[in-house]
Amino acid sequence: MEKIPILKMGRFLLVTIQVDMHDRLALQLQDDLTQRIVHDRAHGVLIDISSLEVVDSFIGRMISNIAAMASVLDARTVVVGMQPAVAITLVELGLSLDGVRTALNVDKGMALLREEVEAAGRV
Amino acid sequence: MTVVDRLLQQIQSSEDVVRVRQATRERAVAQGFSLVDQTKLVTAASELARNTLEYGGGGEVTIDVLNDGMRKGVRLTFVDQGPGIVDINLALKDGYTTGGGLGLGLSGARRLSNEFDIQSKPGEGTRVAITRWR
Repeated sequence: MEKIPILKMGRFLLVTIQVDMHDRLALQLQDDLTQRIVHDRAHGVLIDISSLEVVDSFIGRMISNIAAMASVLDARTVVVGMQPAVAITLVELGLSLDGVRTALNVDKGMALLREEVEAAGRV
Repeated sequence: MTVVDRLLQQIQSSEDVVRVRQATRERAVAQGFSLVDQTKLVTAASELARNTLEYGGGGEVTIDVLNDGMRKGVRLTFVDQGPGIVDINLALKDGYTTGGGLGLGLSGARRLSNEFDIQSKPGEGTRVAITRWR
């Protein structure tokens, strides 16, 4: 079955979404990530969406859900690499991605995750 | 205004929603849309295709490539034979949903389009047409 790979990097999980996801695949990723946060005792999740050309309300909701579920499981989430055209469209669509931390690229996202995890006293 | 190309695409699965996005993108690119305009149209197409699938029980979309003098555009017309919409004004409000979503699909698609038309009656299905011009 089709799956989006989740990589483990130390205390963090890294996901790079490189396909135009259909809705079931997005839900599968949401489930898989939640499982992996618990299984790997992850402190943070970094989601790279730099290859995503469209973020509609369904994908936006998936991103918010992942951040909320991770938070309940004591893990931080940072979304990185959003394309400018996607950001413009998201705002016009009416989606604000409340509660989701973002960074421009993977480097900055990892730095933000480390800061957040350290601030939470989980070093 | 002339229709220079027309594609009929069925919407019966979430894979079909992806196909609608891809077909819309191809035509927006061919019409010379900017990246932002492409993204807006494709996002609107994705919202409406999902509505056709989730609320209309499946249906189809006609994607028309339009030339109107100097203007170049793409029009998408989504048709389903589903239960229809009782109160269209309510359905167009941000945050209103009868499903499990965010209630941004219809209202968001309208904001992302230059022209928007919806016709629906309970028991008679729904037809939504959007157009975006370059």
